[in-house]
Amino acid sequence: MSWITHFANLFRQRRLHDELEEELASHIDEAVERGRSAAEARRAFGGALRYREQSRDLKLLPWLDALASDVVFGWRQLNKRRAASAAAILSLALAIGATTAVFRLVDAVLLRTLPVAEPERLSFLTTRLIDREGRPDYRDDFDYPTFRKYRDLVADRADLMVVGIAARQDAMFPSSDEPEKIKRQFVSGNVFGVFGLQPALGRLLTPHDDATPGAHPVAVLTYEFWTRRFSRDPNVVGKNFRIGNDRFEIVGVAPKGFIGTEPGELTDVFVPAMMNAQAINSPGWSWFRIWMRPKPGWTPEQVRQPLQAEFLRDHEERVKSFDADTPRQVIDRYMSQILALMPAAEGASDLQKQYRRPLLILGVLVALVLLVASVNVGNLQTAQAAARAREMALRVSIGAGRWRLIQLVLVESALLAALASALGALFASWTAPFIISMLRMPEDPVRIVLNAGWREVAFGVALALFVTLLFGLAPALRASAVSPVNALKGGEDPHSRRPLMNGLLAAQMAFCVLVQFVAGLFVTTFQRLSTRPLGFSHEHVLAMGVSARTEHPVGTWMQAAEELRQTPGVEAVYLAIWPLLCGDGWTSNVRAPGHPIEARSPYFLGVSAGFIETMRIALLDGRDFRPGDTGPRLSGPGKPVPGVGIVNEAFARTYFDGQNPVGKRVDVSQEKDALAPMEIVGYVHDAAYRDLRERIRPTVYVPLGARSSSTFLVRTAGNPMALAPVLRRRFSETRSDFRVRTIQPQSNFVRWHLLRERLLAALSSFFAIVALVLAAVGLYGVLNYSVTQRLREIGIRMALGASSAQVVRRVTAGLMGMVGLGLLIGLAGGVACGRFVEGLLFDVKSTDPGAVVAPLLTLLGAALLAAVPPAIRAVQVDPAQTLRSE
Amino acid sequence: MAKLDKLQGSLDLLVLKVLSRRAPLHGYAIMTAIEQISDEVLRVEEGSLYPALHRLEEAGVIRAQWITRENGKRARVYGLTARGRRQLASEEARWTEITGAVQRVLKLA
Repeated sequence: MSWITHFANLFRQRRLHDELEEELASHIDEAVERGRSAAEARRAFGGALRYREQSRDLKLLPWLDALASDVVFGWRQLNKRRAASAAAILSLALAIGATTAVFRLVDAVLLRTLPVAEPERLSFLTTRLIDREGRPDYRDDFDYPTFRKYRDLVADRADLMVVGIAARQDAMFPSSDEPEKIKRQFVSGNVFGVFGLQPALGRLLTPHDDATPGAHPVAVLTYEFWTRRFSRDPNVVGKNFRIGNDRFEIVGVAPKGFIGTEPGELTDVFVPAMMNAQAINSPGWSWFRIWMRPKPGWTPEQVRQPLQAEFLRDHEERVKSFDADTPRQVIDRYMSQILALMPAAEGASDLQKQYRRPLLILGVLVALVLLVASVNVGNLQTAQAAARAREMALRVSIGAGRWRLIQLVLVESALLAALASALGALFASWTAPFIISMLRMPEDPVRIVLNAGWREVAFGVALALFVTLLFGLAPALRASAVSPVNALKGGEDPHSRRPLMNGLLAAQMAFCVLVQFVAGLFVTTFQRLSTRPLGFSHEHVLAMGVSARTEHPVGTWMQAAEELRQTPGVEAVYLAIWPLLCGDGWTSNVRAPGHPIEARSPYFLGVSAGFIETMRIALLDGRDFRPGDTGPRLSGPGKPVPGVGIVNEAFARTYFDGQNPVGKRVDVSQEKDALAPMEIVGYVHDAAYRDLRERIRPTVYVPLGARSSSTFLVRTAGNPMALAPVLRRRFSETRSDFRVRTIQPQSNFVRWHLLRERLLAALSSFFAIVALVLAAVGLYGVLNYSVTQRLREIGIRMALGASSAQVVRRVTAGLMGMVGLGLLIGLAGGVACGRFVEGLLFDVKSTDPGAVVAPLLTLLGAALLAAVPPAIRAVQVDPAQTLRSE
Repeated sequence: MAKLDKLQGSLDLLVLKVLSRRAPLHGYAIMTAIEQISDEVLRVEEGSLYPALHRLEEAGVIRAQWITRENGKRARVYGLTARGRRQLASEEARWTEITGAVQRVLKLA
């Protein structure tokens, strides 16, 4: 009989039992029929019970029976030392929960394969480049003309697809008057075909829907959006909605599970790329990703090569439009860019790019915390096993096999792990959404489908198994190796060392200090970055992005600003082309007398009069702009028109050796080799422009020109967001040709730059605290145990006149040596791995003495604190009592 | 009357032999068959017979099935499997060999 039948028998016990009972009864009947008395026949069976037991034993796999009793026994053991078990389970649950939460995130963002045909053959195009800081980076945004060129170039080798970048849009559905925010993704007509998707309803987009710019107002909903917005209304096909001026007809619903191509976003509607009519022929309108799947028989590299050649030709062409005196370095950096393919099986999103490394680092940290917790439980189990040496010895003496003892201890560990896993899963289901909410601003949250089904379950089971073996195996082997003679005689060899426990202690310290170290780096980074001087005030400022149907002169914009200023609660309203720190930037070359072009050209920002004042940027000299000021530009026939500008300190340092530049003139590039003169009329304090991490760069503020979109910067008396609805309404009443795109407090743009750092600092310091507490508890446990083990020895020493100091040294020296060793190894590891986190740091290095010393001191402090109670206990040993008790 | 447990391994052999001639039989019938054929010299204990039957069944040497008897009650009857027949042949040979050897020792020693 195979083990499967054995196993099945376990569940058929009841029936089996009944069958035996019936067979027995039929036997007795038979005997009675043949003339024997019922009582005698029954007696002939002897102990019917024994018979039943013997018979059934054959049907049950003995070890399953034994297992059940082990579980009961293990549970009793755990129950007996309730406090220790609860602590072990809680700490393990915390670690398992955190690990599971991070795994869920890593899985959802980085690992989950798109539910499309042959995902492993998909890739997307990227431009590999060296960024301004000299670090490798890539871009994955392309414009439509480039896509068209590439597609035609490799038409026989691969399917090239436009997979637009999901963007939030205001959509109007006929059923309501309020615009709703939806995520729209432009796709080329071949995407659904290449992905091999079947519609859940209606039809999907085809190449016929993507032929003529602006002529295919059709849309496909995602299953998720269909469910959320339309409650799976089967009549949704044929309905309309409006985005801007385009009215789209819903033609179908994408299959369940296909939520777009960007992990971190849930796309709501797919529309043909051709509906982005203005982008079709706009070079530089780079809001598309280009995906590729080679045709059968072609390798990705064979597709890349012709594209790379074209890419290079294009770059050579563009370099020609650079100014003649462009520094060599800039040209080299530009020409070193290459076109590369990246695998797209897991999708492609900004979230992946931004969080790939942070998530991996968090994963490593959380794994270290799990190891620290496991070591704790392992040591606890080891101590227990040693304390139970006599019990084990007894078991061996009466014939228990080695495997039986291993099983006994492992079952107990598994029980611990199972309980901790269950608790941990609860903890994870609460933490994962919390972490996700920290990934992005609350207005535009990351949306992830978290429940990965079997993957998560598999991960949980694997983790529990791993943890069980990790902390259970060593104590189990140890327990099974017990020598009955020694143990029953009254204790093991007093000189026996505990290399395993010591090694684990050192490892635990190493893991812990590594977590402290990395957390310290991230916390310092967050602290430095969030307290770095911005040079402007973001409090009480509202940034309102507005676009108009047509271009308006600056006067009209200023008039609108003046109207907004009438709103109660508004102190001042001025304009800029975009808010500071919104992530946009504009650079241009500047030539100062006797000064060559800089490799890094200065930033420019178009602002209205009053902007400097509104943003509280300190004016050092000169004046703010006045109405009527204009920036340097070219007139219609390319004739330079002089203008004015305001520059910052960094500009003065770079171009005028730090002298007051007011009244000086520079030339500003307009087109290739065409300059316009600019007079510097104001000199202001440095202010951050594009990126918080960047050293403040030379910046030129120029007067705002005629524009079709601008940002109003509203300084308010109170909470700026409280005014947002009022301002929005006022605007739509008075200015019907203007549309408010976004309203956000300026402080959001600052917070936005700190998101990743905040997440890393918060989570890593949480992990660090958990690891620290666990390690301290662990050290305490081991020391305490070692004192218990050596009570007799301590008693003898004290009886022979050893001083308290000697006893304490004796008890702690070895273990403290281990602690020290662990600390050193951990820190060395930290410094060695510093390179991996370097890109995420700001103003702090892994080799900074402070970064190394702080975790060292923290852990030493914790270690000393943990060592005090056992040391006191050792000193208080009463020799007479101890020796008598033996 | 000798208890069969005393002769190690002989119970299995006798059960197989009886089943090879008269199958299918239920437990009581096997018991009485052994007792009658041996002229009540060999006595099978119920407490040994049923564990042996179930052990042989686990080993796939015999197979069991429930039948309904004339009186309407159910009984569990046993029969030999192909493997059982092979095992019987080899056990029988072994038994003969051993008893022959014992005989020789008794005679010649």
